[in-house]
Amino acid sequence: MSRVMACHECDLLQRLPAVSGNVTLKCSRCGAVLYRKRENSLERTLALTLAGLMLFLLANAFPFLSFKMESQVRETNLITGIAELYAQGLEGLALLVFFTTVAVPFLQMAGMLYVLVPLKFGRKARKMMTVFRLVQGMQPWGMMEVFMLGILVSVVKLAKMAQIVPGIAIFAFLTLIFVQAAASSSLDPHIVWEKWEKRL
Amino acid sequence: MNAGSLTAKDANLISCTVCHLLCRMPDRKKNAALTCPRCGAVLHSRKPASLSRTWALLAAACIFYIPANVLPITTVTTLGQPQSDTIISSVIYFIRTGMWPIAAVIFTASILVPLLKLLILIYLLTSVHGGWIKRREDRTRLYRITEAVGRWSMVDIYVVTILVALVNLGSLASVQAEAGAVFFGAVVVITMFAAMSFDPRLIWDEKNLTAKPLPKAGNAN
Repeated sequence: MSRVMACHECDLLQRLPAVSGNVTLKCSRCGAVLYRKRENSLERTLALTLAGLMLFLLANAFPFLSFKMESQVRETNLITGIAELYAQGLEGLALLVFFTTVAVPFLQMAGMLYVLVPLKFGRKARKMMTVFRLVQGMQPWGMMEVFMLGILVSVVKLAKMAQIVPGIAIFAFLTLIFVQAAASSSLDPHIVWEKWEKRL
Repeated sequence: MNAGSLTAKDANLISCTVCHLLCRMPDRKKNAALTCPRCGAVLHSRKPASLSRTWALLAAACIFYIPANVLPITTVTTLGQPQSDTIISSVIYFIRTGMWPIAAVIFTASILVPLLKLLILIYLLTSVHGGWIKRREDRTRLYRITEAVGRWSMVDIYVVTILVALVNLGSLASVQAEAGAVFFGAVVVITMFAAMSFDPRLIWDEKNLTAKPLPKAGNAN
């Protein structure tokens, strides 16, 4: 099953050799990753995305940090932080944070399930390719791992000022980042495109 | 000229940027938007007006970069005493107080990465305009890295969000987000768009190519 493909970074046409198992094919000219073949890609991605969605709900439902200073305690979760920014008149910034840490990660996972669950049972969801294309396009704008680094920096920054207590959400968040990274690396998008092409 | 460097464009094909399906380029010129028959994405042989769009976004980012660094990003008020911090002053504060790892993280994410990103994109654009043929592979790699690390600049924005939410104890202590943070956020978003609008295939484009047999893709694990 030899196929021709153009590299998305240098446009070179090349033949893809037939492969089996977990392999990554790279462009012979510029080294860009052309094709990442994964075993049980669909099932693994589905399982990890489902786990991710649950962790996402936990991460947003519980406070991630509490801040204790002279008998005053303040707890915060993601949404209250964003609401606070909005209340201070920085609407644009609040929307940017909401978009990159809440909206995009959620839509990505929901969209992925929308495409993959029917596919697993041999069906095609309505507008499946459009949804899948949008999910892929959102990739650079989901920044949960960057947000996690932001949490760590804030904790160190505040540690001198007050007592910081990590909440349940922070652990859910941390796990979510690894689960999401695993989900995106286990997905072989060609499976979705090929299944669609074969009309199942 | 490279051996066996037949590109999709030379072969009159368009590779879909989303699903990588090779489509035949239609004969008619200047037509309405073509869409991929498989995934529905708009097809372009090269990203449209890539160079001028990237230049425009870079110019905007350079302009916003100045207020982002000059204006304070936060004001911390402890017991009625306000203190404003810019990105640079917060890095200096961390170095003075001996918190080296944090200073390094903030310096890399908020100063080094945006600056390098601007410089690298200017370099890549210049190299495409000049039609440079040397070190194409390295320049493509540089682009790949630039596109991947840009997101990490958002760290400072997230730190501001968390501080504003947590440190809100009325007269005892409070944190206000300032205009610098808005400009900095704009720099990060605009440079991300700039990197996306640049088309790395332009690095490899050249005229007068002869058709050669297709090379095999390397098999790296």
